[in-house]
Amino acid sequence: MKITRGVLSQIIAHARKEAPLEACGYLAREDGIVHRHYALTNMDHSAEHFSFDPQEQFAALKDARASGYELCAVYHSHPASPARPSAEDIKLAYDPTISYVIISLAGGKEDVQSYKIVNAVVEHEKIEIMD
Amino acid sequence: MKIKVNGKEEVFQQATLTVADLLKISRVQQPDMVSVQLNGEFVNRAAYPTTRVNDADEIDFLYFMGGGGIHGLHNS
Repeated sequence: MKITRGVLSQIIAHARKEAPLEACGYLAREDGIVHRHYALTNMDHSAEHFSFDPQEQFAALKDARASGYELCAVYHSHPASPARPSAEDIKLAYDPTISYVIISLAGGKEDVQSYKIVNAVVEHEKIEIMD
Repeated sequence: MKIKVNGKEEVFQQATLTVADLLKISRVQQPDMVSVQLNGEFVNRAAYPTTRVNDADEIDFLYFMGGGGIHGLHNS
């Protein structure tokens, strides 16, 4: 996954702002590079779970489409655990077409990792930061 | 008929289609886990098999998105 340094900083800032609750949102790309994020409401308001608000999901989809962007990834934070998909992340990864980005803040250190999850099979993917 | 599916116009030979038919054609394996908007209005999940999609309609669907951070970390 290719992502601009600016968007990467913004999603980390979102994770920090929401901590100790989980933050979540979409990433949108143009020409293969993530240039935009959509910070969405964590409907669970939880430190251990997240779920999107469908109304906000469609609003993000339509805004991205109108701007020539494509939703390509979901991101969420793990405020106190590593940037690896949990069993629940894997179980609830229904969309095989997108990437799943996890921002860990565990131990006060930021770590961002991306994965494809298809039929419960997890594949790590490299994040390339674009300046 | 022509239907715009997730922003892309597609041509279908069928004379009639339901939301459930379109999800199947779109290879959605778990239709219970998607939210659907037909012409900008949410469709009740129970009505997917009976809601008709007509020529020139616009349909969008998005998967439920959720997860959790702490329990049962995957070791990859």
